[in-house]
Amino acid sequence: MEEASTGSDSDYSRSWISWFLSSKGNEYFCEVDEDFILDRFNLTGLNNEVANYPQALDLITDSLDDDIQDELRGSLDVQARLLYGLIHARWIVTARGLTKMLDKYKRADFGRCPRVLCSAQPLLPVGLTDIPYEKSVKLYCGRCEDLYSPKSSRHGSIDGAYFGTTFPHLLFLVYPTLIPSKDGEQATAVGGKDGGAGGDARTRRRLRDEPEAVAAEGGGEGINTASVALKAERYRPRIYGFQVNEIAKLQRWQEAVRDRQIARLEALENKTPT
Amino acid sequence: MASRQKVPAEDPQQAAADEDAASGNGEGDEIMEEAEEQEDGYTSSTPTSTLTWISWFCSLPGHEYFCEVTEDFIEDDFNLTGLNTMVPFWKEAMEMVLDVEPEDEDTSKIPDVSIIESSAEMLYGLVHQRYILTRVGLQAMAEKYEGGVFGTCPRVYCVGCNVVPCGRVDIPGNDTVKLFCPNCNDIFVPPSSRFQGVDGAFFGTTFAHLFFQTYRELSPAPFWKAPSAGGSPLSPRSVSGSNGSRTSPFVNPNPHGGQKRAAGYVYVPRIYGFKVSERAKSGPRMQWLRLRPESPEELDMVDWRGRWINEDDEYDDDDEPEDEDRQMEDFDPDAVDGEDDDDEEEEEEEEGGAGPTMRKMGKEVTASTTAPSAPPSSSPLHSARTSPTTSGAPHSQDEPFIDLSIYTFPSHRQATDTGKVKVLRQWAPRGDWDNAVRTAQV
Repeated sequence: MEEASTGSDSDYSRSWISWFLSSKGNEYFCEVDEDFILDRFNLTGLNNEVANYPQALDLITDSLDDDIQDELRGSLDVQARLLYGLIHARWIVTARGLTKMLDKYKRADFGRCPRVLCSAQPLLPVGLTDIPYEKSVKLYCGRCEDLYSPKSSRHGSIDGAYFGTTFPHLLFLVYPTLIPSKDGEQATAVGGKDGGAGGDARTRRRLRDEPEAVAAEGGGEGINTASVALKAERYRPRIYGFQVNEIAKLQRWQEAVRDRQIARLEALENKTPT
Repeated sequence: MASRQKVPAEDPQQAAADEDAASGNGEGDEIMEEAEEQEDGYTSSTPTSTLTWISWFCSLPGHEYFCEVTEDFIEDDFNLTGLNTMVPFWKEAMEMVLDVEPEDEDTSKIPDVSIIESSAEMLYGLVHQRYILTRVGLQAMAEKYEGGVFGTCPRVYCVGCNVVPCGRVDIPGNDTVKLFCPNCNDIFVPPSSRFQGVDGAFFGTTFAHLFFQTYRELSPAPFWKAPSAGGSPLSPRSVSGSNGSRTSPFVNPNPHGGQKRAAGYVYVPRIYGFKVSERAKSGPRMQWLRLRPESPEELDMVDWRGRWINEDDEYDDDDEPEDEDRQMEDFDPDAVDGEDDDDEEEEEEEEGGAGPTMRKMGKEVTASTTAPSAPPSSSPLHSARTSPTTSGAPHSQDEPFIDLSIYTFPSHRQATDTGKVKVLRQWAPRGDWDNAVRTAQV
């Protein structure tokens, strides 16, 4: 690590950030624009979180003086990673950061949902807390709306605060056309280049009684997600083909909760036509 | 298949006798020969001579989920009923699995040993599917389960609950093995790609559930209450550990139900510390999938058709016995789509019946306010069963919800006019939720 860092210093063709992004285990991170880092307003408060903040910042921006290196080097790299992570958490909830993460999402860089009925839906990284050193990063599935642990231990040790609690939900708030359908279809919505269009088409297809919604193309204004949960498939445990009593009972209860939510949402939908 | 007629293993009992004789004198040679035979199929075959084919097979990478079927189970013809039509080169496969040396050394009729290998694997897998449903087989799998051989649920709020292998179909060649988590009652793709070559039918659709029916102490109960403020509810890892390590012993009042304390937190998405309202397009739609009622009584508030009892005059408690019928009707594994359709129909019917619903609602309110447990009418959003996430963003005790629906809620008259079941919201005294949420998030 130290060698790599000094290497990057001597070899000016490679910035610290690109070195960081290309090292193993950092696949979840996207590149933060340099002008975002250089705008001190974006870093407000981080000097309290990171020891040796000025030097760490210099290291990230490749402007570290050569003479400090020797004594600080080892700890500075840790601090630089922390700083980059915390900046990253702020960056990915900006408009430009969202688009960068969206590209990674479309490439399924964050892995795919392990739930069988989610049909390998691409995941999004999320933290359980915004405070560093508390919880490792988790993966959010937009289809089953649940959280999963990364398969690989090198991803399982990444701090969740480097992604924050907000990111995936803001992404779907900003891009409602990308909300995955809840059914078990193959997750092509974000698979290819025209992912957005595919997702939009499917969203529109599942509209039931909102013909005007189909007309509304841009911005996802017309998307009605009130009853999408009805399309969700679920696994039903069976013994010799018979459902298991207690589980079936629980599943009926869960589906009753679902139907009640749908009724509630549809009532709202009908009351306030948009 | 019938290329060899003079094989001694026509009768499995005979095969057993032969095998016994063989093991008396030259078992080592036989195994060595076996290993040579397998070289082209599996180069990783171990050189240890005492290994039976079954132990060797179970020790292969990717075969960790298999348990060792006892030879006397395989030798009992009854246990193999119907399998001989599914496995090509039946006799040769039997010989291989049971380490019987074929008397007839004329192996030239078999085109390729690897074919016998795959037949033996198929045979063993199908026998395995049956074996793990027996008492001995369940016991063997239970040992592997307790040892964590099958891994843990990838879902964060299942808190490392151990999973069991599970097939989606009982016919081989259709789907690979999956993992069933008893806590979320869902199935997952095994984390390692080496299990992608293992047929799910070798474990079958029944095993996972029979397993948890048999070992009720391993099966999480279908209800869950957020731990009180006395514990450390912030960290689900400490409060609802998979072994139920809390001070008070957990008891499910249903003696036939799961006897393990469930891990019941449900993830709640937040933006800058605020819960995402269900009224948003991107709002939560799937929390029901993981939600548990706080008490077992709440499960009884839904009838066999999936409706809330007392919400509709059409169906009353007399329907309870039909519960069994429903399950009997339901054994078609392809019925999932149909059930979805049913749900839609039911929902539409429900919308029609707003009049009686209203009156029933009134009763419900009084009932729920007196009940010690929280009423089930909560939207999942406001329930205490939410994930105990924290955030650096604004996070006061009286957590502000973005959801303002309580203020804009339609009046009774509007509800009746539009014929919708809108009154549901009125069940819960609002204050309770804030309290409940607070206890879960302190």
